[in-house]
Amino acid sequence: MANFYTDNEALKLHLNHPMMKKIVELKERNFADADKFDYAPQNFEDAMDSYDRVLDIVGEICGDIIAENAEDVDHNGPRVENSRVIYAEGTKKNLDTCRKAGLMGMSMPRRLGGLNFPITPYIMAADMVSRADAGFENLWGLQDCAETIYEFADEAQKEKYIPRVCAGETMSMDLTEPDAGSDLQSVMLKASQKEDGSWVLNGVKRFITNGDSDIHLVLARSEEGTKDGRGLSMFIYDKRNGGVNVRRIENKMGIKGSPTCELVYKDAPAELVGSRKLGLIKYVMALMNGARLGIAAQSVGISEHAYREALDYAKERKQFGKAIIEFPAVAEIVSLMKAKLDASRTLLYACSRFVDMYKIYDDIAKERKLEVEEKKEAKFYSRLADAFTPLAKGMTSEFCNQNAYDCIQIHGGSGFMKDYACEQIYRDARITSIYEGTTQLQVVAAIRHVTTGTYLDWIKGEAEKQVAAEDEAVKATLNFMTQQYIDAVEAVTGVNDPKFLDFMARRLVEMAGYIVMGYLMLDDTQRDSSFRKSLHVFVNYGKAEVAKHADFIGNFRPEEISDYLYAE
Amino acid sequence: MSLNIIVLAKQVPDTRNVGKDAMKEDGTINRAVLPAIFNPEDLNALEQALKLKEMYPGTTVTLLTMGPARAAEVIREGLYRGADRGIVLSDRAFAGADTLATSYALNAAVRKIGNYDLIIGGRQAIDGDTAQVGPQIAEKLKLPQVTYAEEIIEVKDGKVVVKRRLEGGVETVKAPLPLVITVNGSADECRPRNARNVQKYKYAAVPSEIANDEERKAFVAARPYLEIGEWTAATVEADLAQCGLAGSPTKVKGIENVVFTAKDARRIENNDEELEGLIKELIANHTIG
Repeated sequence: MANFYTDNEALKLHLNHPMMKKIVELKERNFADADKFDYAPQNFEDAMDSYDRVLDIVGEICGDIIAENAEDVDHNGPRVENSRVIYAEGTKKNLDTCRKAGLMGMSMPRRLGGLNFPITPYIMAADMVSRADAGFENLWGLQDCAETIYEFADEAQKEKYIPRVCAGETMSMDLTEPDAGSDLQSVMLKASQKEDGSWVLNGVKRFITNGDSDIHLVLARSEEGTKDGRGLSMFIYDKRNGGVNVRRIENKMGIKGSPTCELVYKDAPAELVGSRKLGLIKYVMALMNGARLGIAAQSVGISEHAYREALDYAKERKQFGKAIIEFPAVAEIVSLMKAKLDASRTLLYACSRFVDMYKIYDDIAKERKLEVEEKKEAKFYSRLADAFTPLAKGMTSEFCNQNAYDCIQIHGGSGFMKDYACEQIYRDARITSIYEGTTQLQVVAAIRHVTTGTYLDWIKGEAEKQVAAEDEAVKATLNFMTQQYIDAVEAVTGVNDPKFLDFMARRLVEMAGYIVMGYLMLDDTQRDSSFRKSLHVFVNYGKAEVAKHADFIGNFRPEEISDYLYAE
Repeated sequence: MSLNIIVLAKQVPDTRNVGKDAMKEDGTINRAVLPAIFNPEDLNALEQALKLKEMYPGTTVTLLTMGPARAAEVIREGLYRGADRGIVLSDRAFAGADTLATSYALNAAVRKIGNYDLIIGGRQAIDGDTAQVGPQIAEKLKLPQVTYAEEIIEVKDGKVVVKRRLEGGVETVKAPLPLVITVNGSADECRPRNARNVQKYKYAAVPSEIANDEERKAFVAARPYLEIGEWTAATVEADLAQCGLAGSPTKVKGIENVVFTAKDARRIENNDEELEGLIKELIANHTIG
């Protein structure tokens, strides 16, 4: 009888962020659906009440069903029979429950069968599902592939596929191949056009999450003889047509409930999405940005789970006559876990709101011409979403791994045994900093926002806001950290060597991350003073980390780089 | 083929998580501190009805509950899960009813609804634990009944096939429509609230709940599906002598506080000798065998 929504005050704080008013009004087009659909909101308060109620359902399902099934799903996992994936029993029950609760296609418009939720409450659901079972989040969360169909497919395709997703059919994004992981330009799966204009796919895909899904988005080479990303297009493969078989599923370390498939395409009929040659350079980039936000949510959910397990154990476990949390060395770990969790979550939802703003404007732009002011705003948020998505994915997944590590540490020897949830958390956490782009690749995406000043501009905006008198000291610290960041960026870019920038990029991106998260937590604290403690812990930690990077960069002679670079 | 199903539901105090304030000095339930919930086995009953609705399109599920206006919450919970409409049977005349008076009132409401194929309720409510109301309604309606149902398997040619949970196993029976079925807690759990239905029905109300809210009244009036029926003894043409306290032969004579005391545990060593001794003992006192 647990409810992962009502037991977590932080979710309500982020749901009720002041920016939501604008997001909801734009998303609902000033509540134009109110008289068309009996479940559409009448006004802002009504919409917020609906999000609250639906998240309450999600919280209940997560607490009572998905979390309860997690251990069994981890142990039994899915299997392949006759080239088809059979989910674990618990997974089937989770999916069935989510379908009956109408939690599929949450962000799709009502006319296509969705709930028309903004991304922010949808991501909140993902946050809770991940806390319950990170592996199940992959299956449930792949519903956001529907976003890509909605954004880029033609009307007939939208009407054909999106209602099916909303009714509960699952999706997958078939991108990776044996020789194309991080480097998707090397995708070889062949798309050939027949005389009647239709397409068939041939080849192999690997590491495909939920690869036996009902509706696949497939990246394939449509332009014969090409070798780079410009020869790739996006296709929809409908399982009802047949032509794709599952050769095997991987035996993974974590998220074992989520089947990771090797797929063989044999004359599999497929439909082209959007325009040829834009598959990678436009559509996959959009798809990946959505998926990265999803992984950030997954990371936050796992962090939450890790923190709660650690806190409970530290309060229960007695040594030397008292609960171990009473020892400062243990308490510090737990408080830092909480601070990293709160920091991760606030970054996740800041990012979700930016994504909401620019996506909604994009969608409105298909209906009518945007006003000058609107265009400006759309561009502003598009840039912020572009900057915050890799930052959120990178920082939250690293913190989630650190929290999973610390969760075991709190459990001591027992944590090393398979008897406690922390060992599954540890295994599940590990993938978050790898898939949908490793942390190293998030840095590649984020570094241009260090050099072009996106982060700094945002930080300066935050620095102008008023805070409570008691938070002035924290703000001064953040200001000091910002100065160190500015100096470090200047020092690195001043060398004017791309290789040197690459070498220092992670340090710079992390510095920006600590400051950004610090300001976001400062803002949360203005709205809810219960975050103040966590703010202090995080800023103390971030200040030391920023100083560490500043020290490294400040004392590093560019020629020393040769000591690090690999040479035969 | 479509069915008209009436699901009987009761709003009960959540006696599953009882704290120390759960009972008042006089030994009656302190309803103020216990959250009011949908009686668990009535949720099992609702699930059976909703499954039939999926199996036989066009089927309608009507929820019926007796209680004060706030029992409308049970109806809303049912609408969120897929019921089509609901009625709260509410009248001071029903207050203090025992199982006989309750089943009389519900039977009158069922007759008023009319045109029913199936009446499904939970086996019993967690506040009274009598398991009498369902069977009594069947008697009053002069209908056959199947109790302890675990699964309604199918409805075909005017007959219902039901799996029943018995003490030592299961039994599958066939019974003619119309029929009363009481559902056991071992049946499938009820499906979750549905996101779309929650948004659609969250403003559903019985008239007395919103009597002082003109805006809400107008909103509900414009959307008939939001109106939850609120029936009185007069609506269902009940004989007041058979209602409430007047119609209840059960009189509470006294209330006693019973404290269960645990007996000492006995430890059996894990060897053949001791195990055999235990088995023999259990057979001898008829615990097993």
